[in-house]
Amino acid sequence: MAGLGFACLLLALMVCAYGIGASIYGVRAGRPEFSESGRRAVYALAGVLTVAFLVLEVAFLRNDFGFNTVADTSSRTTPTFYRAAAVWSSQEGSLLLWAWLLSLWSSLALFLTRRRMRDVAAYATAVLLGFAGFFVSLMIFYANPFATTRPAPAEGVGLDPLLRFPTMMIHPPMLYSGYTLCTIPLAFGVGALLARRVDADWIKAIRRFAFAGWLFLGAGILLGARWSYSELGWGGYWGWDAVENASLMPWLTATAFLHSLMIQEKRGMLKVWNVSLVLATGTLAIMGTFLVRSGVLNSIHAFGGATLGVPFVCLIGVLIAGSIYLVVSRREMLRSENRLDSLLSRESIFLANNLVLVGLCFVIFWGTYFPLISEAVTGQESSVGPPWFDRYTVPLALVLVLLSGIGPVIAWRRATLANARRNFMIPVAVALIALGGLAAAGIARKPLALAMFCAGAFVLAVVAQEFVRGTRVRKAMAGETAPRALLSLVQRNRRRYGGYIVHVGIAVLFIGVAASSSFQHATELQLRPGQSTKVGAYTLRYVRPTASITPKYDRAHTGSTVALGAEVAVTKGGHRVTTLNPSEGYYSSGEASQGTVGSLIGGQPVSHVSIDGGATRDIWGAIQPNIESGRLKKIVEAGNRTLSPDEAIVAIGLLAREYLKHAPPAQFHFIVSPLVLWIWVGGLIVFLGGLVAAWPAPSLVRAKAAARFRARSSRELARA
Amino acid sequence: MNPSRKRKVRLIVALSAAVVLASALIYTSFSAASPALTPSQLLHEAQPGRTYMLTGTVVAGSVRHDGSVLDFAVRDRGGTAAVPLAYTGTVPDPFKEGREVIVTVEKQGDHYVGERNSLITKCPSKFKTAPPSEKQNF
Amino acid sequence: MAVLIVIAVFVLIGLIVLVVGTPLRRAALQRAAAAAGGAAPPSGETSEEPLRRAELEAAREAKYREIRDAEMDFRTGKLSEPDYRALDGELRAEALRILDALDELDRASGREGSEQIG
Repeated sequence: MAGLGFACLLLALMVCAYGIGASIYGVRAGRPEFSESGRRAVYALAGVLTVAFLVLEVAFLRNDFGFNTVADTSSRTTPTFYRAAAVWSSQEGSLLLWAWLLSLWSSLALFLTRRRMRDVAAYATAVLLGFAGFFVSLMIFYANPFATTRPAPAEGVGLDPLLRFPTMMIHPPMLYSGYTLCTIPLAFGVGALLARRVDADWIKAIRRFAFAGWLFLGAGILLGARWSYSELGWGGYWGWDAVENASLMPWLTATAFLHSLMIQEKRGMLKVWNVSLVLATGTLAIMGTFLVRSGVLNSIHAFGGATLGVPFVCLIGVLIAGSIYLVVSRREMLRSENRLDSLLSRESIFLANNLVLVGLCFVIFWGTYFPLISEAVTGQESSVGPPWFDRYTVPLALVLVLLSGIGPVIAWRRATLANARRNFMIPVAVALIALGGLAAAGIARKPLALAMFCAGAFVLAVVAQEFVRGTRVRKAMAGETAPRALLSLVQRNRRRYGGYIVHVGIAVLFIGVAASSSFQHATELQLRPGQSTKVGAYTLRYVRPTASITPKYDRAHTGSTVALGAEVAVTKGGHRVTTLNPSEGYYSSGEASQGTVGSLIGGQPVSHVSIDGGATRDIWGAIQPNIESGRLKKIVEAGNRTLSPDEAIVAIGLLAREYLKHAPPAQFHFIVSPLVLWIWVGGLIVFLGGLVAAWPAPSLVRAKAAARFRARSSRELARA
Repeated sequence: MNPSRKRKVRLIVALSAAVVLASALIYTSFSAASPALTPSQLLHEAQPGRTYMLTGTVVAGSVRHDGSVLDFAVRDRGGTAAVPLAYTGTVPDPFKEGREVIVTVEKQGDHYVGERNSLITKCPSKFKTAPPSEKQNF
Repeated sequence: MAVLIVIAVFVLIGLIVLVVGTPLRRAALQRAAAAAGGAAPPSGETSEEPLRRAELEAAREAKYREIRDAEMDFRTGKLSEPDYRALDGELRAEALRILDALDELDRASGREGSEQIG
């Protein structure tokens, strides 16, 4: 079967080569049937890669350890769900996932534009097939997912227990969908420049693809943050790690692009800026893909595999050089048709928003790549830490939130100053009340957090005012009841009100971030059963040790051999609030050198965090039991000496019993963070708002609007 | 001032502001950065009071829990020069003897102290790539 | 097993060629039919017109949206009445320019069509 998979890769490479040739020939020679054939090559690629992916997936599900990737990342004891998802936990499998997702999304994008933008789409096809061909070549020559070893080993290494969490397994497909969807606008941008056609039709198509990339990338980033917080043992959701930053940067430029595109649509301005943003987003997405797998930067995620570094650097070099060349050589056709009418206009607020977003991206870029920059400049590799990032991103984020509240109040093209001033009165009042109230409550000791809270309150007030006013207008115009009016208001102005909802989500998210990072209480200490500690306003007491053995009863069902933990009672002012049950899971290592019993628990230990989430605060607890303590160690050693591999599980039972009776002091980590829940809620609101904004209006509505306008305009023409 | 002149002035002001901010950013990054050193480099060059990013492998047998402090030693990836240090803070799950770590340290007196919560342990290389010469048999 | 894989690969190749080759075959058939019928095959100039039409239609949609946005801005109190009237007039004039261009395109292609028939 591996032969079939590898043959698919070879076919895929040939299809890519053909498709590139056919598309370009079709455009240059004016033979549309060849461009069409090139587009169908993308469909064929999707088909072939689907077969390849299925071959690999089936191998994982059937435990075919002849496949090297299956032997390296799966095992008979890995639960089925994780076996299926282990496909993309290795370098080779993740490359296949990337290429497969690229082929699927490209097929969709090209199918949707099959009747329009013939020449632009043809060039875009060539670019997308170029990317696909690059990744397929990497697999064929450097990292083959279908490499085999015969005879097949009897058992695999197993999926790294750190990955055995549902969020962690959905995170790569989401993120890769985001990355691949960001390369589609790049392809259409290159296509438009090559075909010399950057017009209204192009804007319509590219907005959809950029939005899809923005949505999936955002979801991937949020899922990663959520995974980090709820399943890793450090209790944080964002560490300014290189790989986190790498996914954030294209998201920032995509956000900027979605805003500035509207200016190009209305005023024919900022063409160079928009095209550059599109090219930058795609390039940053490729760089993000590259960062995880090259070892070029030190990061938690940086796995080895330096062999992939050189091809990627070449690709990125080509992308950057090519982009610069294209934009410079086409600058004549990218001239602005108009200028900004007035500084007091929504267009200029969008411009400011773009500058802040690009500024944020620059700061993050500089900090992320600083080790390389400093090495190039000073010869000494240095890196900057989270405090440096925070120093610059927090003020910029503050300005961004403020702008997102100012924008909705300013009219397009030329706002009336008196009206704007009047419209700001209520939201500013709300913000000032919030300022006074919070300062009185003692929040002023963290001025940046206080500023963010007030900015958030300002945005919420602005959006509420907009919805109220809009509903009133709708009621007056159509005589509908309030709920009906609100619904039809949003339906008829999706982009505007969907955008407002997104801004609410962002404000809520930043309020959560500000609260949870500035007002956190955390403690790390050793506790014996019965001891307690105070964290913030809560008292946490180690009530008793817990132990669970066999995968069947393992709480998270991740296949651990044994999980040792604690029951922790949380009280506040004497009242019981909740109970936490953190534990640490111990997994098989499969290494006989650790002994029959030792190998059952010698694998990667994984912390199972216990969180009590609430609207006002999260209480987070993690434990690191001491499994090497004297008595426990003796049991393991005795078992190693006397038990065979089949009997070894008995010793684990004794170990668990010993732990329950005489638990040694364990290392605990407790965190009480306010308003963490609102980060996830805010993200969800952003997602929903985005969907509302991008949902296509039914064409019937559009046709009616067009007809009405023609009637009106012809009447006016007759009058004139 | 005519409109196009106004626009030019605005552009120059905006660009200057951007240049000033970028320069501030770049300057502070160089002064706030911690150089990345291997244990042997650290032993030679470390100055008290400065922070450094130490990268290396955890020495087998050197890991000891002492209350809430974790004592361990970091050696060169391919050598034996080792730096012992005392670290407080979160210990990542993958931390183990023989694993590659990155930790921010500061020299205090003649011993090294790890900065709180700065310990990063690299996941063992899951992204292994087969050398191109490996034969494939189907 | 190996035989099955080889068969599967050939089936895949066949499917790929089918999918990718359909437009080429169709175009060849069209050319043959046109040559047999004696009339000249459709010229390349038609590829330019639909692109221009799509561009104008997209511009028209965007302009309608701008007009509705301006009305919304006025009704929610962001623009004063005189400012709104001025803006609305400007936008409608711009829209009329687009509609005129579309009419021009219709007339041109209508003329072409009638020439070809006649």
